[in-house]
Amino acid sequence: MPATAERPEILEVRALCAEYGNQAPMLLEILHDLQDKLGYIPEMCVPALAECVNLSKAEVHGVVSFYYDFRTRPGGRVTVKICQAEACRSMGAEALTEEILSRYGVTLREATAAGVTFEPVYCLGNCALAPAAMVGSELLGRADGPSLDAAILEAGR
Amino acid sequence: MSMILYVPDDAAALSVGAERVAKALMVAAGERGLDLKLVRNGSRGLLWLEPLVEWEGPDGRMAFGPVPPGEASGLLEAIVAGGDHPLALGPTEEIDYLKNQERLTFARVGVIDPLSVRDYEAHGGLAGLKTALTMTGEAICEAVLQSGLRGRGGAGFPAGIKWHTVRKQETAEKYICCNADEGDSGTFADRMLMEGDPFTLLEGMAIAGLATGARRGIVYIRSEYPHAISKMSRAIEALEEAGWLGGNIRGSGKDFRVSIRRGAGAYICGEESSMLNSIEGRRGTVRSKPPIPAIHGLFGKPTVVNNVLTLATVPMILAKGADFYKEFGMGRSRGTQAFQLAGNIRRGGLVEKAFGVTIRELIETFGGGTATGRPFRTAQLGGPLGAYVSDEMLDLPMDYEALAENKAMLGHGGITVFDESVDMAEMARFAFEFCEEESCGKCTPCRIGAVRGRETVEKILRGENVARNIALIEDLCELMTDGSLCAMGGLTPMPVLSAIRLFPEDFDRAPALAAE
Repeated sequence: MPATAERPEILEVRALCAEYGNQAPMLLEILHDLQDKLGYIPEMCVPALAECVNLSKAEVHGVVSFYYDFRTRPGGRVTVKICQAEACRSMGAEALTEEILSRYGVTLREATAAGVTFEPVYCLGNCALAPAAMVGSELLGRADGPSLDAAILEAGR
Repeated sequence: MSMILYVPDDAAALSVGAERVAKALMVAAGERGLDLKLVRNGSRGLLWLEPLVEWEGPDGRMAFGPVPPGEASGLLEAIVAGGDHPLALGPTEEIDYLKNQERLTFARVGVIDPLSVRDYEAHGGLAGLKTALTMTGEAICEAVLQSGLRGRGGAGFPAGIKWHTVRKQETAEKYICCNADEGDSGTFADRMLMEGDPFTLLEGMAIAGLATGARRGIVYIRSEYPHAISKMSRAIEALEEAGWLGGNIRGSGKDFRVSIRRGAGAYICGEESSMLNSIEGRRGTVRSKPPIPAIHGLFGKPTVVNNVLTLATVPMILAKGADFYKEFGMGRSRGTQAFQLAGNIRRGGLVEKAFGVTIRELIETFGGGTATGRPFRTAQLGGPLGAYVSDEMLDLPMDYEALAENKAMLGHGGITVFDESVDMAEMARFAFEFCEEESCGKCTPCRIGAVRGRETVEKILRGENVARNIALIEDLCELMTDGSLCAMGGLTPMPVLSAIRLFPEDFDRAPALAAE
């Protein structure tokens, strides 16, 4: 069994932190990049992160847990964010969310067998073309069941 | 000679198929052996017409929209034949929605190639920075003050006063922080500007640097805007390469460097002190004031924190003069505002008009009423912390003071429209729920008040002791207004109380029958 410090995730942490000069103020950027690479922020990375940027583990944990973007467990293969804010509500976002969740047979944040996760989001800045959704990194305007299905299929490829 | 077409590369346009249209046009041109040049511009802001394709014809730019990808080939055919097509809208600038605007900050958005420095300069860009390079910091601050420019982020504080304060601090290190954490539902102007004319924001930041003595700028962009992040990053590189950003700007001996920081999905980081904590790599909790950021901001140094549109408006003020800008507007609301028509509206989009335009003109004349065609019920002004307005209030002018007198607020100019199907008690519940989700948790009125507020509205929705619970909500709202550290808890009462005040019938619930 290799020592913890040799695990690839930890090596990734060290490399990323070094890229950002091991600077504590760059912690959010480091976390974003780490999540892009690993799909989530494994808890075992916290001590190494803390050590590299010279913060306490509690401080790093505090940051990871504060921001909605950072996941501490692997998410689905495709993430679908459906806007729940006012402009999208005025165009039926709630009904759309309900419809799609029941069709895929999951609740919010629960992955389907095919690895699709639906998440609520508050505003994607596409309020004139509500309801809005984001499938992977693809923004959808005037989203409806069929357009979401098509985008999910596309993103899953 | 090549044929020039414009297809927006703006996130909203892309969200309804602009990329597919662009590709289909290139394919169709290839098949016909046409020499087609596609310019990927920002959006003109006529979002219900996206994807809006423009052709640069002999009589100027002609608009076509909304263009479905399947129509690309036919459209190209029609343009070659002279421009007649069922989707033709005539000369872009003559479309009423655009023609009746007063575009100052957004003058170039949708017009130019956002990443071409040459295009930018040809359309008046960099004139402000050139002027600023010949002025003292004090004179620049004074020009901004004289223009009457108030912060476009919502609070409306005079930008010139903030700049003067930072300028007067005697420290070597100072910062210009651009708040691009546009998290309010119903607003997208910052995003459009960053994607459609990023140089003007960077130019404004450089001017702010010259004005205050700051040599570093940071743009904090929300992670929900990946497209804007990438545009801004490329824009920084392009301006640095052209010598307008970086060290020794155009041989002036002045330095100004800009970097981008990504948010991470927390609405509260749009609040300036939370944003500063977030840029420092910490949890985005609010700081208590004083000290104000102008004295003790990022890393404890004097910091200008301004919204995207505030900074993006400065170059034009320096180029054309404070008086030019000041002539627009009414009362103490000078200049123009980028109004954003959103939600249940037929012609949603961006309308830049001088302050003083009425809400009705925006919703009815520009917006064309509701998207569903059902009667209008209400609009929420200025984002999720703004008030709802009733039909009787639509003739109010868009002006900071006039709206405040009527218990509403301008915020940063978003207008979210609802038709008659909206349940205002449910919207009041949602306002508390949003505060509960997004509170940073530092102060009790916001953290606990939001939870208790939501629970109490839920009781009203079930018809439990309605009058008593409404009184309780009003009391709670007073406490949140007076006792919260920042606008999150302090303004959540706005949508809640306006809903109760203007639409009491929605709260008048009968008790549900006893559960079986």
